[in-house]
Amino acid sequence: MSARKTVEHIKNREISATDHLKTCLKNLEQTKHLNAFIRVFEEKALDQAANLDRRIQKGEATGPLAGLVVAVKDNINIAGELTSCGSKILNPFKSPYNATVIDKLESADAIIVGKTNLDEFAMGSSNESSAFGPVKNPHNENRVPGGSSGGSAVAVATGSADVALGSDTGGSIRQPAALTATVGIKPSYGRVSRYGLVAYASSLDQIGTFGKKTDDAAFLLQQIAGYDNLDSTSADIAVPDYNVSLENVKGLKIGVPKEYFAKGLDNEIKSGVLSIVEKLKTDGAEITELEMSSTEYAIAMYYIIATAEASSNLARFDGVRYGLRKGDEDGLIEMYGQTRSEGFGDEVRRRIILGTYVLSAGYYDAYYKKAQQVRRILKNDFDKAFSACDVIVSPTTPATAFKIGEMVDDPLAMYLSDIYTVSANLAGICGISLPAGIHSDGLPFGIQFQAKAFNESILFKLGNYIENNL
Amino acid sequence: MKYEVVIGLEVHAQLATNTKIFCGCSTRFGSEPNTQVCPVCLGLPGSLPVLNNQVVEFAIKMGLATDSQITRLNKFARKNYFYPDLPKGYQISQFEEPICEHGYVDIHVDDQHKRIGITRIHMEEDAGKSVHDEGYVNKDETLIDLNRCGVPLIEIVSEPDIRSAKEAAAYLTKIRQLVRYLGICDGNMEEGSLRCDANISLRPFGQKEFGTKTELKNMNSIRNVERAIEYEIKRQTYILEDGEKVIQETLLWDPVKNEARPMRSKEESHDYRYFPDPDLVPVKISQEWLDNIHNALPELPDVKSKRFTEEYSLPEYDAEVLTASRDIADYFETTAKSVKNSKLVSNWVMGEVMRLLNQQKTEIDHIGISPARLSDLLNAIDQNVISGSAAKTVFEKLAESDLSVAEIIEQKGLKQVSDSGALDSWIDQVIAENRPQVERYKNGETKLLGFFVGSIMKASKGKADPKLTNELLRKKLSEL
Repeated sequence: MSARKTVEHIKNREISATDHLKTCLKNLEQTKHLNAFIRVFEEKALDQAANLDRRIQKGEATGPLAGLVVAVKDNINIAGELTSCGSKILNPFKSPYNATVIDKLESADAIIVGKTNLDEFAMGSSNESSAFGPVKNPHNENRVPGGSSGGSAVAVATGSADVALGSDTGGSIRQPAALTATVGIKPSYGRVSRYGLVAYASSLDQIGTFGKKTDDAAFLLQQIAGYDNLDSTSADIAVPDYNVSLENVKGLKIGVPKEYFAKGLDNEIKSGVLSIVEKLKTDGAEITELEMSSTEYAIAMYYIIATAEASSNLARFDGVRYGLRKGDEDGLIEMYGQTRSEGFGDEVRRRIILGTYVLSAGYYDAYYKKAQQVRRILKNDFDKAFSACDVIVSPTTPATAFKIGEMVDDPLAMYLSDIYTVSANLAGICGISLPAGIHSDGLPFGIQFQAKAFNESILFKLGNYIENNL
Repeated sequence: MKYEVVIGLEVHAQLATNTKIFCGCSTRFGSEPNTQVCPVCLGLPGSLPVLNNQVVEFAIKMGLATDSQITRLNKFARKNYFYPDLPKGYQISQFEEPICEHGYVDIHVDDQHKRIGITRIHMEEDAGKSVHDEGYVNKDETLIDLNRCGVPLIEIVSEPDIRSAKEAAAYLTKIRQLVRYLGICDGNMEEGSLRCDANISLRPFGQKEFGTKTELKNMNSIRNVERAIEYEIKRQTYILEDGEKVIQETLLWDPVKNEARPMRSKEESHDYRYFPDPDLVPVKISQEWLDNIHNALPELPDVKSKRFTEEYSLPEYDAEVLTASRDIADYFETTAKSVKNSKLVSNWVMGEVMRLLNQQKTEIDHIGISPARLSDLLNAIDQNVISGSAAKTVFEKLAESDLSVAEIIEQKGLKQVSDSGALDSWIDQVIAENRPQVERYKNGETKLLGFFVGSIMKASKGKADPKLTNELLRKKLSEL
């Protein structure tokens, strides 16, 4: 049942919020070994559901997400609850405040079932860098679910939650969605308030949603999107109705950048994605070939900008005020060193060191400044592309889910799994990943559509159309 | 001395906004530790800064007051370093494009006017405070108070135009005067709302290149800035005269021992890795906004001082003293509006009023003598209702009661007596009681006139009109 229908049924008392929650909790229990959740709020959620049922019985007005079961990535703060970011360094940090998106979920009467596992500080594409252990892919438990929002993707894939919140800095929603056959949207930069999302790379981070179907992700995004005066980078642009459909795709212009179908892409994924494009063409869409030469530099740009911002954003985890503290007896400098060496995992340390390096005196111009200049060129490339087409199509990932442990020693190879997704973050535009088929290896893969900033609607329309017609 | 002194000052002024620069917390000084904090100024994970526009306005005011160029598109940058009182691990500041550039102030030292350039003024957030010395802190322990964290600052960086400790003090006095006039900072150096670091180097006269500089910190009064710079000039002079080299380092001034000691070098070897803060969008300053701020600027001290010399015909010295603070200038002006004799007002404000201020250690609006009451008093002097000495008695009474000038004069019977009958009788009495002095006067010792007048004033309890008394006395003595 769709998320929209579920809420309708709960409000109509066709099902109770409690029973619905119990179904999710049962699914969660049965798939516990996948390690999708870091914490489950079973008791609190059941109380909320019971309370909601009472209100519905009394005929009281309830919020637009009444009874919808939501999983939240554990880098988004919930007041009174621990936030771990999949790291040891925050243990124990209990947030005294709600992220704006959590305030919105609570006032919409959604039920938050738990906090989901993630790559440490959202840095990774496999969910293996979590201090709480890797998340397993429900389609093959030896495989990764993608990352960094792997826990949220698996929570939705297993029916442990109706929908989930993730965060996407370079593909962290779309890539796990593709690898778990769910739908994931990375909204445009500024569409959703970042207040309360623990920052990885502030100019790239964006909270987005997962659903089994396009409309589930749209339904949840509808409630969390919008301007927030606590986040100066959030956009003061009205949120349109995301309950949208498309009668047909006649005249829809779909751009196909040749750089996204070049070497390194799995052949089956390539033909799977192109066959969808072909069907859309048959249905009347216009296909335009695009050239986006800056794509080849996207990964390099991303790893300079993201790590530079991360090196600064993660400086606050210093053992002074909260979380882990080690080596207190050896003086301040030692305390900093020991706390951060023990508290951060390898990947986080690697990115902090890289980011510190690219911002250092004498290297700033060659790396950080240059990357920002190229970022502008990439933005211009997208502006140009969107003057010729409505959406840009590509695979979401170059390959299906890899084996747990397979890429741990080869970070550069792992970084390439984000090759098709990082550009949307760098350009600030929106992107969605939809299930595109099952590979001969038995694993799902995804198709990505990108649209210009604040045009999420077209992605939802297209997603709904593909789900209903192809 | 064969060396030329080169000094540049970096002044941090805490802005007197009600709330902090990036959150809604209060900026009040002296509250219980860690009570004026929220997720944003504590730098909690996930929190984001939102700029307080009043900070921009205050910075612009200072820019306009120093004739600076105002940057129209303002960006904030992160200055990265680890310190326990810096909860985010970086300070939000401005780097490449500060809000104000290329300004100046004029100072007045030893009858010389001099222009000191201002390189830049930028906005930034203050850090917290490490607490070691309070009673509640255990030995070998440091506690952190983050109340000050996020209090807005402007940093005002001067050109290396300052050539002596005295000039440095005059420059700093001028900066303090300006921030107080503008109402953007209380200028209190003891409480740290105004802080000054000094860069000092020496070079042989005639040499173009700068010598090696040292940086002086921790000077919590203008007097200490002057003393510390004098100390450092001497120290560098000895080093150079011995043929040694000055080492570039940061020195902390110890106001108790009157000496400057080097900071450990580890604390100053920073690469701050500045980069634009991605959490804050650039702030555009529109022409309209700038015009509004410009139009709301108060009259600044230099202009006011010049106007006082013209409008009230005051000597330059009086005008400078009176305009040193805006409150006193306003007090003077309100009083002078209803008294004909402006110089009389100036004398009284610079004399009795300032004395009372120092005595009570208070602000001018709290001394209990409003400009209206003072002008009543001065008019009484000007119109010969009371004598100058009686006026001082009235002034004291004004400060401690709500009575009007007229009431006090009445109550104390201080009204000058100009009635010749009454004066005659006091004069006769004094002549009768001082026969030998009268004889000496008649024999040419005319300076005894003062003695007679004094005696008459005494006899009249200060009420005798001195001018009339003088006339009548002379006449009587000549007729004897």
